Amino acid sequence: MNIEYIKEKRKGEIADIISRYPADRKKSALLPLLHIAQEENGWLPVDAMDEVADILDIKPIEVYEVASFYTMFHLKPIGKYVLEVCRTGPCCNVGAEELIHYLEDKLGVAVGETTADGLFTIKPVECLAACGTGPVLQIGPEYHYHENLTREKLDQLIDELRRAN
Amino acid sequence: MGKKILLEHINVPGINTLEVYRKMGGYESVRKAVNEMTPDAIVEEVKKSGLRGRGGAGFPTGMKWSFLDKSTDKPRYLVCNADESEPGTFKDRYLMQRIPHALIEGMITSSYALGARTSYIYVRGEMMPVIRILEKAIKEAYAAGLLGKNILGSSYSLDLYVQPGGGAYICGEETALLESLEGKRGNPRNKPPFPAVWGLYGCPTVVNNVETIADIPWIVNHGGDAYAAIGVGKSTGTKLISACGNINKPGVYEIELGITVEDFIYSDEYCGGIANGRELKAVVAGGSSVPILPKNLILTTANNEKRLMTYESLSDGGFATGTMLGSGGFIVFDEQQCIVRNLWNFSRFYHHESCGQCSPCREGTGWMEKVLHRIEYGHGKMEDIDLLVSIAKNIEGKTICPLGEAAAWPVASAIRHFRAEFEAHVQNPDSCCKKHLHRELVHSH
Ligand SMILES: Cc1cc2nc3c(=O)[nH]c(=O)nc-3n(C[C@H](O)[C@H](O)[C@H](O)COP(=O)(O)O)c2cc1C
Ligand code: FES
Repeated sequence: MNIEYIKEKRKGEIADIISRYPADRKKSALLPLLHIAQEENGWLPVDAMDEVADILDIKPIEVYEVASFYTMFHLKPIGKYVLEVCRTGPCCNVGAEELIHYLEDKLGVAVGETTADGLFTIKPVECLAACGTGPVLQIGPEYHYHENLTREKLDQLIDELRRAN
Repeated sequence: MGKKILLEHINVPGINTLEVYRKMGGYESVRKAVNEMTPDAIVEEVKKSGLRGRGGAGFPTGMKWSFLDKSTDKPRYLVCNADESEPGTFKDRYLMQRIPHALIEGMITSSYALGARTSYIYVRGEMMPVIRILEKAIKEAYAAGLLGKNILGSSYSLDLYVQPGGGAYICGEETALLESLEGKRGNPRNKPPFPAVWGLYGCPTVVNNVETIADIPWIVNHGGDAYAAIGVGKSTGTKLISACGNINKPGVYEIELGITVEDFIYSDEYCGGIANGRELKAVVAGGSSVPILPKNLILTTANNEKRLMTYESLSDGGFATGTMLGSGGFIVFDEQQCIVRNLWNFSRFYHHESCGQCSPCREGTGWMEKVLHRIEYGHGKMEDIDLLVSIAKNIEGKTICPLGEAAAWPVASAIRHFRAEFEAHVQNPDSCCKKHLHRELVHSH
């Protein structure tokens, strides 16, 4: 392991998380630690997962099989801002589909792809428990909810994110 | 205005803080429980209340609590299911976001009743903002002596933690949730043994929904009989309904169980009627997993009685003409909505979310999605409609967990009540969804 992702950098937090479970059940800290690793690096390279395995005294495969099961973890490099837009029924009934197409046209990439400048990836996700205020998207690592989305709101959001870079 | 148990103070400024929450009477149930009541006395009150699990299955909470195995020396756990991922359902997120202490108070009082010394709230990972709110509120509760060692000077101690998920609908299923909390893939376990005997870390465990747990303080404060006096028959108390779709006022409403469906859809107190002056076409009353009903059957039962918002009335007529109260995710479709397209979207969802352990679900959900896709996109055949019915039937009852049923029921019910619409898609593909035919919602897994 060459680079350190979280071991030293987030030491106190990691110790605090591990203390929440019985001493012989450290593995319970796996999902929280994967979130921290992704927060630090934007996505989860094998090295980062190996480091998590090392911290929790489990085999690397136990980390890989979990990371690949859950949709929030990115196992490949991905845009700096991952626009996670809900594509489930109730949101589509209030315009989510049209909005996803608008986003594709605006950014010049299809769903699942990343813009050439590496800033944005459009990632469709399933119901975010915001169906009454759809269409909705969120952006990690804060995962703030952007609700009642319109084209204007999207334009504004993308502008703001571009300006911040 | 109906009785409010959970949302009475929702609009009080600062209700998300401990100070204001306590000013409004919050945490009284913790004081009463640890000072004046035995754990068993609380379980008795919950039994008397008739409270049924608000996560979807409607299992009597008091009975579930009384199954908790107390014959071992193993620790006992209470785990709150805050995975809320059933399409159409957004009540738990609303409650936790607005009144986090309502859940925390419920967790403390319930943990005391169950003899748990460590409890977890499992929140879906996408709800990071809610996790931050809960963690802040928990910190406040520790500082006030409501959590930690010797709660309010009593001999009872409790630690409470929030656990994030990683994005997986299946982790709402209680045994998948426990697997996930143990740091594993969310594969549901075979039952029995039930969590009451073999739950978290192989210890006796109760898993309850956010709303169920948030109802407990009121029951402890006012007594089970007072709770049972609200509602109709075996549908006691209030229920949070998250209403969405083509209505004038989408949102989360607390209803007294027993109001009519018609009142819920059309009155200004709730949904405020169908948006844009259109007509009601269909309703999915309890989250995407329950059977869809057309207008006539959601408003009245097959016996021509007004349909009520209760467990019994909504399921009146069985699956032939009824549905379920489920999670309270109330999705309304107006006359312009295409049932085939909506069904295809739901099937895509279930296929995406199947954990893959059981072949009928893993293969069947994908097959249904494929067939619905070709009907929706103009390549369907008449036989496809019965094929869908047969696939749905072959998933039902043949899987470890009910995700299989959740995927099968919507398809079976949509064809039962809207067969003509499926036929029309096959016969004349351009008649309905033409605007979608040239561009489809891209899939990615
Ligand atoms: C596929 C699937 C998803 C579920 N999702 C949830 C959920 O998000 N929240 C929830 O409380 N219950 C969910 N349930 C129900 C739980 O398994 C369990 O019945 C519930 O948490 C028990 O709590 P209650 O008795 O308080 O309702 C789900 C069940 C299945 C089969
Ligand atoms: S369907 Fe998009 S948040 Fe529920």
